[in-house]
Amino acid sequence: MEFRSHLTVALRVNGRSYEVPVDTRTTLLDLLREHLELTGTKKGCNFGECGACTVHLNGRRVNGCMILAASVEGAEVTTIEGLAEDGKLHPVQQAFIDHDAFQCGFCTPGQVMSAVALIREGHARSAAEIREWMSGNLCRCSSYPQILSAVEAAASQATGG
Amino acid sequence: MQSFDYGHAADIGEALANGDAPNTVFLAGGTELLNWLRLGVAKPARVIDLARLKGFADITRLPGGGLRIGALARLNDVALNDDVARDYPVLSQAILKSASAQLRNLATIGGNPLQKTRCGYFRAEETLPCNKRKLGSGCSALKGINDKHAIFGWSEACVATQPSDPATALSALDALYVTEHKDGGRRIKAEDLHTLPGDTPHIDNALRDGELIVGIELGGAARHSAYLKLRERESYEFAIVSAAVALDLEGDRILRARIALGSVAHKPWRLNQAECALSGAAANDTAAIRRALDASLVGAKTLAHNAYKVRLAKNAAERAIRLAAARTW
Repeated sequence: MEFRSHLTVALRVNGRSYEVPVDTRTTLLDLLREHLELTGTKKGCNFGECGACTVHLNGRRVNGCMILAASVEGAEVTTIEGLAEDGKLHPVQQAFIDHDAFQCGFCTPGQVMSAVALIREGHARSAAEIREWMSGNLCRCSSYPQILSAVEAAASQATGG
Repeated sequence: MQSFDYGHAADIGEALANGDAPNTVFLAGGTELLNWLRLGVAKPARVIDLARLKGFADITRLPGGGLRIGALARLNDVALNDDVARDYPVLSQAILKSASAQLRNLATIGGNPLQKTRCGYFRAEETLPCNKRKLGSGCSALKGINDKHAIFGWSEACVATQPSDPATALSALDALYVTEHKDGGRRIKAEDLHTLPGDTPHIDNALRDGELIVGIELGGAARHSAYLKLRERESYEFAIVSAAVALDLEGDRILRARIALGSVAHKPWRLNQAECALSGAAANDTAAIRRALDASLVGAKTLAHNAYKVRLAKNAAERAIRLAAARTW
């Protein structure tokens, strides 16, 4: 088997194909921010503890800081920059605005990416379930009640009531 | 982070052939390894990514009623699998109380039990005396802040605990870890996977260099089972104490009880004495349960700040027994 200290990763991000040369130590988070300049995904703790770097990897939410870029060869990644369509915000993004679900905004991209996935997973059946399945996204401004309201509203819109 | 060479194993043979080379580590979910690399806990020269191994994430029924879970199955996929949720609720619950939804989409069931202690001295970004980090440097927790540390099985060299929730559930289920190695694989009983610190606190488990957990085997269904995790916040936090319980019941009578405590020792801690004492007891005989647990916890050895964990462990086990008995099928 072949071992390398540098390699080129081919992947799709928000529907666009990229080939990115990286040092093996590069994480998916650093690839997005430093190589593709997609700085919407935030680097909070860089230890998998805060959720600010949450993105979708092949449709599932993951912490971008806990994945080596080398591991995502051939993957499909969606970041906060890829949610809006034709200039129209994703319903979860709109719900965060409508419900005042952020203050400083640093955790918001991760919160939104997590919430979009949570609704798709079917884990928005009650307030308690939303809180539990959103617990991987910390908010140091403590906007949790507003975030919960936003997710509840977006979820009920997604399921038609 | 120190630089390393990285390669994908195309199949299990390739992974094993390269796995026992010096300074070589396997990469599965990555949710521990990346932090070890950042902290300098691990400084590998080579990383073998297992992501392309085919067929190691399957969950299949075993002839005779058990279940085999591929080691590369992601935690959420294991917990939400119908067979696991129905037949092994203790495992499903333990997983869903672990980490966060995002981390559980990455972390694997084979990798999770191999996570290292959450001891703050061990994980410090600035290197502190810790016999796990540097053998012979001392244990900062022994005379330091040790409110979360071990009450069983510790040594002067190390008072750390093993924090894995799934490993605690797997211990109560008497699971078998199926391993492969280029010199041959084996089945390791859950109780034998993790080691006690003794005078080798830098060793966490019984795996040899290059030995890979490829699957986990569970015996017959354990529908009367439950996991209780006590922590300082309701979600996304490690346990102070946890209790995994699996009961075999005949009516209201306990034929066999299996009780494992988490975060109280360097390994999931089975309460063998209580298990024996509860054989034949009525599941609602609170006095008998408390007597059995009291006797089993007499051997606890507390540190300056963690005496409260003994009471917590006893109460957690009692409640977990009630929860396991109350599950109706």
